[in-house]
Amino acid sequence: MAATPTPKINHIGLSVIDYRGSKSTLCAGCGHNAISERIIDAFYEMGIEPEHVAKLSGIGCSSKSPAYFMGRAHSFNSVHGRMPAIATGAAVANHMMFYIGVSGDGDTASIGMGQFAHLMRRNLPMIYIIEDNGVYGLTKGQFSATADLGSRLKSGIVNELPAIDTCALAIELGATFVARSFSGDKKQLQALLKAAIAHNGTVLLDVISPCVTFNDHEGSTKSYKFMKDHEEPLQDINFVPSFEEINVEYEEGSGIDITLHDGSKMHLAKLEEDYNPVDRIAALTRLAQARENDEVLTGLFYLNPDVPSFTDRLNLVGRPLGTLPQSVTRPAKSVLDGIMEEYR
Amino acid sequence: MVERVLLKDGFSMASVDLALNQGTDSRRYGGLVVNNFSIKVGTVNGSGSQSANSVLMRTIFLMGVPVSGKNLFPSNIAGLPTWFTIRVSKQGYMAPKGDTEVLVAMNAETAAEDVRGLKPGSFVLFDEPLKLETMRDDLVFYSVPFDKLVVPVAPEPKLRKLLRNMVYVGVLAHLLSMEMPAVEAAIGKQFNGKKRATDINVAAVRAGYEYAVANLPRSRFTVERMNENANKIIIDGNSAGALGALFAGVTVVSWYPITPSSSLIEALSDYLKEYRIDANGKATFAVVQAEDELAAIGMVLGASWSGARAMTATSGPGISLMAEFTGLGYYAEIPAVVWDVQRVGPSTGLPTRTAQSDLLSTAFLSHGDTKHPMLLPSSVAECFEFGGTAFDLAERLQTPVFVLSDLDIGMNHWASDPFVYPEKPLDRGKVLSKEDLDRLGSFARYRDVDGDGIGYRTLPGTGHPNAAWFARGSGHNEKAQYSERPEDYISNMDRLNRKWETARAIVPAPVVERSTPDARIGIVAFGSSHWAVVETVDQLRQEQGIGADYLRLRAYPFSPALQQFIDAHERVYVVEQNRDAQMLQLIKMDIAAADVVKLRSVCHYNGHPLDARFVTGHIVLQENASQENVSKEQK
Repeated sequence: MAATPTPKINHIGLSVIDYRGSKSTLCAGCGHNAISERIIDAFYEMGIEPEHVAKLSGIGCSSKSPAYFMGRAHSFNSVHGRMPAIATGAAVANHMMFYIGVSGDGDTASIGMGQFAHLMRRNLPMIYIIEDNGVYGLTKGQFSATADLGSRLKSGIVNELPAIDTCALAIELGATFVARSFSGDKKQLQALLKAAIAHNGTVLLDVISPCVTFNDHEGSTKSYKFMKDHEEPLQDINFVPSFEEINVEYEEGSGIDITLHDGSKMHLAKLEEDYNPVDRIAALTRLAQARENDEVLTGLFYLNPDVPSFTDRLNLVGRPLGTLPQSVTRPAKSVLDGIMEEYR
Repeated sequence: MVERVLLKDGFSMASVDLALNQGTDSRRYGGLVVNNFSIKVGTVNGSGSQSANSVLMRTIFLMGVPVSGKNLFPSNIAGLPTWFTIRVSKQGYMAPKGDTEVLVAMNAETAAEDVRGLKPGSFVLFDEPLKLETMRDDLVFYSVPFDKLVVPVAPEPKLRKLLRNMVYVGVLAHLLSMEMPAVEAAIGKQFNGKKRATDINVAAVRAGYEYAVANLPRSRFTVERMNENANKIIIDGNSAGALGALFAGVTVVSWYPITPSSSLIEALSDYLKEYRIDANGKATFAVVQAEDELAAIGMVLGASWSGARAMTATSGPGISLMAEFTGLGYYAEIPAVVWDVQRVGPSTGLPTRTAQSDLLSTAFLSHGDTKHPMLLPSSVAECFEFGGTAFDLAERLQTPVFVLSDLDIGMNHWASDPFVYPEKPLDRGKVLSKEDLDRLGSFARYRDVDGDGIGYRTLPGTGHPNAAWFARGSGHNEKAQYSERPEDYISNMDRLNRKWETARAIVPAPVVERSTPDARIGIVAFGSSHWAVVETVDQLRQEQGIGADYLRLRAYPFSPALQQFIDAHERVYVVEQNRDAQMLQLIKMDIAAADVVKLRSVCHYNGHPLDARFVTGHIVLQENASQENVSKEQK
């Protein structure tokens, strides 16, 4: 085990308080709050300047949560299902920042499905978290499109439609880092978030995050109890950031080692024989299998660190487009004169 | 009596120069008509007629004669009827003439109807197999065997279909007494100096010209060299708007294809690739083709939030899809530039026909209390100018700004003076830097520090611990913190209204053209309607003895000059291209209640560009009705 002691100050000299946000107004015990804590810890431990992070969200309980972490980061709470467009515009205008988007299962898998699909396809460099609880919390507990077939609302209504697997979709559509976790699995979620920060490309992180008010009862497949009983991690994930030395030797064949875009290393200790997350087809097959078997599979499903991100493909100058001066962005008078000549 | 003649869609003898008498048709129908007629070419779309028509228009342009062209095309790629009308006007009128004097009938499907619509004395140049010559005996017919003429020019049958159209240009060169060197220069321009294309098209034109010289007498309609186009350019409004954005330093463009706005972004993309790659081969811009218009405006807001000069272009249906995000942009106070190249209604409406019918839906786009500045360019030169003004306003006012062009300005080609290089520095608005924050310590995003309703913003990436603010809708206090307190809401809404008044003061002011010192009526128009209205002002004065002052709106919110203009006139005609008098409705909301009764409406909504006869006719009718009412009251 890589023992990463939590220092009082991270490697850029900030303390964890510098990564906090305002007090959460979500329900006590909401899975989303635990995810906010993990985000705070991950960015703190990775030593990312909060001023160089932008937080984006759509609408819903999940989308309120950017207010509850990294108050020193700019944030944009946009419209329902449309966070990807805001993220894309922002990332294109300033490709030198970290982008983290927080969405929900309703915000992503229903109203936002179109934009979700195209964000994944573009491989926009950002972390896209779905705080996934199977219900619309802010409108008081209607089923979302990730609710499992046969799961039951408090009122007794049974979901008769199959769930959309956002992870399988993301892999299919072009995301280059796809994982599922559980808000109650502190170690796994933390490791995945840190690896996500080290990745260049779209990270889709679907985090099962129980809704204590509307979907935590017997008959729900997104409750704390159900998750504790059914979560099946694919791997035991250990992450070593690029700025730390590896101080643990893993036995050969004990797992898979992956080097991330920024030089960080990930060791995936095998819990399941022969699962290799760099194999896209295997990932899709395994997810299809999990679906057939009603398994709640978690872990890193797919990773490809070598695909150029959307902003890489744009061949941009080495400074944010948004702050380029007029001397760079307005062509000279001679250019206009030349163009006018062509139209004569 | 005079009014009836005017309203009757008749052949206007007043426009015929009777001084000369030449040839059979001249003796029968009147003398030579010099530089004052309209040509209509009926073809099938996808047949290469666009090149031929552009050459025709440019030939007249190169002969120094004022000329305008309108392409009336279907929502289709190949096989449906399309028309191109060219107006030759020594007076410099650019709106369609209304009448056609010269018909080129190449399309079997529409030829008969096109011929039936002509005034006596017009001439018809037609494709021989159509056998139109027996249709009427009050027209002059010229039959040309296009298929035969094109064979020696183009050995490949595929090419023949395209070159047939170039043959009529040659025939017209003879019939209209155009200069062949000008035709050939126009072809060179059209094919960008590409030798093979130029040569074969010149050969096609010559085949037509030589046939016509040998077989057909010249018509009484003549293009005679003038010197009105020295230094001028020919350009479409969409390319002009794209150039405006280029020279305004646009950095992020997001769009979804929709006629008639696509060519604006396509032109812009080409310019950016050519002029905005730095010395290291890196792009100082990004163009993103979005998945739909919802995403297009979202990307613009995301990019503008991050400090980019970001824009999109769309048309009516896209504006509808942008409604929700536009409201967020208004409330979160994020700049955005949105071009709406207006067209008729839904995608299964008349998507390739022109209109000014998105005024109300755009002015108040979105939910809640929202209102947005709109710029109303009436020329290609203003498309260029407002292409830049829109960014300055959006960043100064921190709000979405719409530029409402239309298909007529956007997709038709217009002669214009060359565009003037913008010497004024870009106005990037109130943005605080890290150094500002070092000095100030902190800031309140939505506080009205300067009394103009506009707060100061910071951009993501500003490396200061107090730079961040939380962008969200209207539920916030001055510090951008979440708030549902009634006082915070009211204070925010009232500040937004103060900002609206700031907008009123800084958007482009209207242009007023006085007619006669004692003019009792006024005309208000905007956008592409301008070209018909300037001609109407002349027609009213010359033919009716009516003096009409003209105020051309260039932006919304309206300047106080509009109220003054209405105050100064007994009746004010609002001319626009939609059914519901949308501009008139907007004006009603803004002016003194007692003045509303002065407003009269002239609405044109058939999808074709507006012509002066229509406007003049409707004003005269209503003026006569007003006079009758006055006499009744006096009795």
